[in-house]
Amino acid sequence: MLEFFIITAIKLGLVLFVFMTTLAYLQWVERKVIAHVQVRMGPSRVGPHGLLQPLADVIKLITKEGVLPPHVNKFFYLLAPFLAVFMALISISIIPFGTSVTVMGHTTMLELADLNIGVLLILALSSMGVYGIALGGWASNNKYSLLGGLRSSAQMISYELPLSLAIAAPLLSAGTLSLRGIANTQAGYYLGFIPQWAIFQMPFPQIFSFLIFMIAAFAETNRIPFDLPEAENELVAGFHVEYSSMTFASFFMAEYANMVTVCSVATLLFLGGWQPLWPAALGSNFVAPVILFIAGAICIYHGLNPARPLDRYTLPAFGVVFLGLAGLMAFPPLVPVLTPLFWFLAKVSFLLFVFIWIRATLPRFRYDQLMSFAWKFLFPAALANLLITGFLVALFS
Amino acid sequence: MDLFFFMVFALIALACALNVVLQKQPISSALSLVGVMSSLAVLYLLLGADFLAMAQIIVYAGAIMVLFIFVIMLLNAGAEETRGRSWISQILGVPALLILMGALCFFAMRWFPNAGFVKFGDFAGGGPQQLGYALFTDYLLPFEVTSVLILIAIIGAIVLARKELD
Repeated sequence: MLEFFIITAIKLGLVLFVFMTTLAYLQWVERKVIAHVQVRMGPSRVGPHGLLQPLADVIKLITKEGVLPPHVNKFFYLLAPFLAVFMALISISIIPFGTSVTVMGHTTMLELADLNIGVLLILALSSMGVYGIALGGWASNNKYSLLGGLRSSAQMISYELPLSLAIAAPLLSAGTLSLRGIANTQAGYYLGFIPQWAIFQMPFPQIFSFLIFMIAAFAETNRIPFDLPEAENELVAGFHVEYSSMTFASFFMAEYANMVTVCSVATLLFLGGWQPLWPAALGSNFVAPVILFIAGAICIYHGLNPARPLDRYTLPAFGVVFLGLAGLMAFPPLVPVLTPLFWFLAKVSFLLFVFIWIRATLPRFRYDQLMSFAWKFLFPAALANLLITGFLVALFS
Repeated sequence: MDLFFFMVFALIALACALNVVLQKQPISSALSLVGVMSSLAVLYLLLGADFLAMAQIIVYAGAIMVLFIFVIMLLNAGAEETRGRSWISQILGVPALLILMGALCFFAMRWFPNAGFVKFGDFAGGGPQQLGYALFTDYLLPFEVTSVLILIAIIGAIVLARKELD
C-alpha cells in the first residue's frame, strides 16, 4: 500500500511537471509555427530563439493585477476559470504514455490510472468542461461574453454527438473501454509491415471516424476554424473579455490542456498509441536515435557556420542536448521503455502540429455554417460510419 | 474509506439538492442540480456501477444541464419572485413532505424487511459489458420501447415547434 502511494506520488509529480512545461512551451511552438507559416520570425527576443518566452509570459501573467470588475457575479466569475482548468487538467491522469517501466525492482505502468471506463471518463470530463466557458461568459455580465458563452455551449452540445459516435466505432472492434486495452489491441502488422492501427484495421478501417473525431475535437477545444466563442473580430474576445491575469491564464491553459488531451486520445484510439509505424524487425527502434542524431548534427553544423552572432553559442548547446538524447534512446537497457514513449510523443506532437497548422491556414466558420455542418454533415456521416463498422464487425468476428 | 467517501458525497448531494430549492437565481439552482447529479455519479461509482456513473455525468450533468443553462442564459432570466405563493403550500408544505418521506420509509421497510446495509465494493455487475449484456438480453423489450418513447417525444417536440413557426 505504501509502495503504491510513493510510486503514484512520484509519477504524479513527474507527469504534472512535464505536462505543465509542455503547456507553457506549446504556446511558444504555436507562435513559432504560425510565424514561420506566415514568413515571420516569431518570438526571438527572450532567450535564444525566444525559448525563454513562456517563462516571461508566466511571470507576466502572475505578477499582473487581477482585475475584478464591479459588475460581475463574483462567485461564478471566479468559479468559471477554476472549473475550466480543473476539468482540462484532470483528464491527463488516465492517459497511458507507454509500456511498463521497472525502477529498482518496482514495476509500474507509464500512466497515473488505468480505468476500465477510461474513454467514458474522458467524454464525461469534456462534457463538464463547457461549464467553465459558459459560466465565465454569463458571470462576466457583458454582452460579448454572454454571446461567447452561449455560442460555446451550443457548439459543445452539437459537436459532442459526432465526437462520441466517432469514438464508438473503433471501440466496436477493440471491445474494451480502457485506453491501455484499446492501444494494445492495435499491436501487430498485416503482411509484416502495415500496422494494425485502428485507421488501418480490418474489417473496416477507421479512417473516417478518425477524421470526424479530429474535426469534432477542433470544435470541442474551441480552436480555429471553430473558435466562435472567442471570435475576436465580432466578440472582442468572447467569453474571456472581462478576465485578466491568472484567471485569463487559466482559460488559456485549459485550452492547451484540452488540445493535448484530445491529441493523446486520438493517438490511443486511432493511431495505435505507442505501437511503432513499422515493426522492430525492420528497424523502427532506430528511428528515434537517428532523428535526434540528425537534429544534433544539423545544430552543430549551423553553430559552426553561424548565420547570426548568438548562434555560435546557442546552437552547439542544442546540438549536444540532441546528441545526448540520441545516445539515451540508443542505450540498450532503456530501449524497451523509451521507444514506445518516443512513438507516443511523436504521434501526439504530430497531431498538435496539425492543430497549429490548421490555425495558421483556415479562416473561421460563420455561425450558421458551424451548426449546419455539425448537424447536416458530421452527425449523419458519423452515424453511417458507426453502422457500417458495427455491421462488418458483427459479420467478421 | 468507502464509507468516508459515501458520507462526503451524500452530504454534498443533499446540500446541493437543498440549494436547488433555496436559491433565487435560476442559474445557481441549475448549477446546484449539476452538483447533485455529479455527487450521485460518485455514489454510483462507490456501489460498483461504473458505467452508470459515467452515463450519469455525460448525459445528465453534461448534456441535459448544459441545455438548461443554455436556455437560462438565452432568456437572461433574473432573480425569481417569491411573493404570491398560495397559503396552502405555505402551511401544508413541510408536513406533506414529512408524511411522504415517512410513507416511503414505511413501505421500503415493509417490502424489504430483511435488507441489510449496503456493502461497498460487493457488486461487480456494473461494468459496461455486464450492463450491455443485460440490456440486450433480459431487458431488450423495455430498452427498445424506451427508445421508441424518446423518438416519439422528439417528433412531438418538432411538430409542436413547427406549429408555432407557421
